[in-house]
Amino acid sequence: MRRITTWLLSTISALVLLFSYHTSTNSGSASAVATGTADAAANGTGDTGTTGSDGTGTSDQGATDQGSTDSGTDGSDDSGATATPTPTPSTDSGSTGSDGSSGSSSGTFTGDAVQTRYGPVQVEITVAGGKITKSVVTQVPWNDHRDQEINSYAVPILNDEAVRAQSADIDMVSGATFTSDGYIQSLQSAIDQANL
Amino acid sequence: MITAEIPVTPAAPPPPVLARRAWVEHVMGTAVSVHVRAVEPTRPDVEAAVARVFAHLRTVDAVLSTWRADSDLLRLQHHETEEVHAWVADVTELALEAEERTDGLFRAWRSREGGRLVFDPTGLVKGWAVAGAAAHLDIVPEVAYSIGAGGDVVVGAGRGPSATAPVWRIGLEDPTRSGRVADVVTLRRGAVATSGAAARGGHVLDPRTGRPVTRPGSTTVVGPDLQWADVWATAAWVDPERVAAMLSERDPEYRLVVL
Repeated sequence: MRRITTWLLSTISALVLLFSYHTSTNSGSASAVATGTADAAANGTGDTGTTGSDGTGTSDQGATDQGSTDSGTDGSDDSGATATPTPTPSTDSGSTGSDGSSGSSSGTFTGDAVQTRYGPVQVEITVAGGKITKSVVTQVPWNDHRDQEINSYAVPILNDEAVRAQSADIDMVSGATFTSDGYIQSLQSAIDQANL
Repeated sequence: MITAEIPVTPAAPPPPVLARRAWVEHVMGTAVSVHVRAVEPTRPDVEAAVARVFAHLRTVDAVLSTWRADSDLLRLQHHETEEVHAWVADVTELALEAEERTDGLFRAWRSREGGRLVFDPTGLVKGWAVAGAAAHLDIVPEVAYSIGAGGDVVVGAGRGPSATAPVWRIGLEDPTRSGRVADVVTLRRGAVATSGAAARGGHVLDPRTGRPVTRPGSTTVVGPDLQWADVWATAAWVDPERVAAMLSERDPEYRLVVL
């Protein structure tokens, strides 16, 4: 249950980060930026500068999330050299394998509404066998037209972000060659930031 | 007054928990990330080895870049010099071998207008260079490392008990959605190379037609050596079906993932 709370909180803070970012720039490639930011948050280096005022989730996520990252990476995987677990909740053996067996809780949980400067944000997650299988933002601030535009873009990205980040806490990224400029927005850059 | 030294029992040795440290430098037109896991990744010998990794790559760039007019390769091609680094010959030989091994699906020579042939080894230099640079970390005791160079990854461990080398999780980027991971490969030692159009548009030419490969998707090859994983990934981008067949026949240690 603590893990669930952790995820809930990091999800919420990731959302907070997303909102802060989009509003401050109002442009740019939303999907790449959003992923980078959310990933950095999940690895414990959250961009504290941007969330200063509304950081209910931020303080928690730093310490606890780092812990779960470590256990996922070093803990369970002693299979052969080139196994390829697909990062879907059903098959992956990485992040929750070791400690998930005891608790394996299931159900739908709703987190506390977090007050952001745009209004309250609330996340509901569905857990099956100790893993998050779905996360839905149930309450989003729709203060004005501009926010609605921002949120309708950011929220769907976040919804599967929580699911994805749990199973795929990864060390390196292989993909088509990126340039020096493209690195800034890359997933690799977010991972590096967490370890520099 | 008598003072006596109070005996201090030495602190218990820290548990063998591997800490992790990352370095990033921009070299060869991309960002190269080096991650090291060790009990104490701040060790000076680790720092020195990482510095040699980047120095190796900078030298490769100075010798073999096709973007720098002052590289040995371009000065040789422009008849400005005949004295070049031995790596120019090494890479030329490797390019010939790669072409032969892939039945011409990998080709470092392309024809320019007027029928002139130009040697452009860009498609294999990065994998070859990073594989060579990693050797600087192979000799460091008690470390594990991974190097990511613009989408190509090599992981390994230094000297010492290798049975405990940690697993690295390499995410394969979703070619349709940048920043997303479509699959994960776990490795203790080995390499992952990916070719595709996602990040730079169609930059791989099909040697059979001379035209860029423009379809969506990506091809990834996982295997022991980054140099060959890189070559095979590029060849597979040109013709995935044929390369899948060739790999199982000729290089079964390498595995192809098509996304």
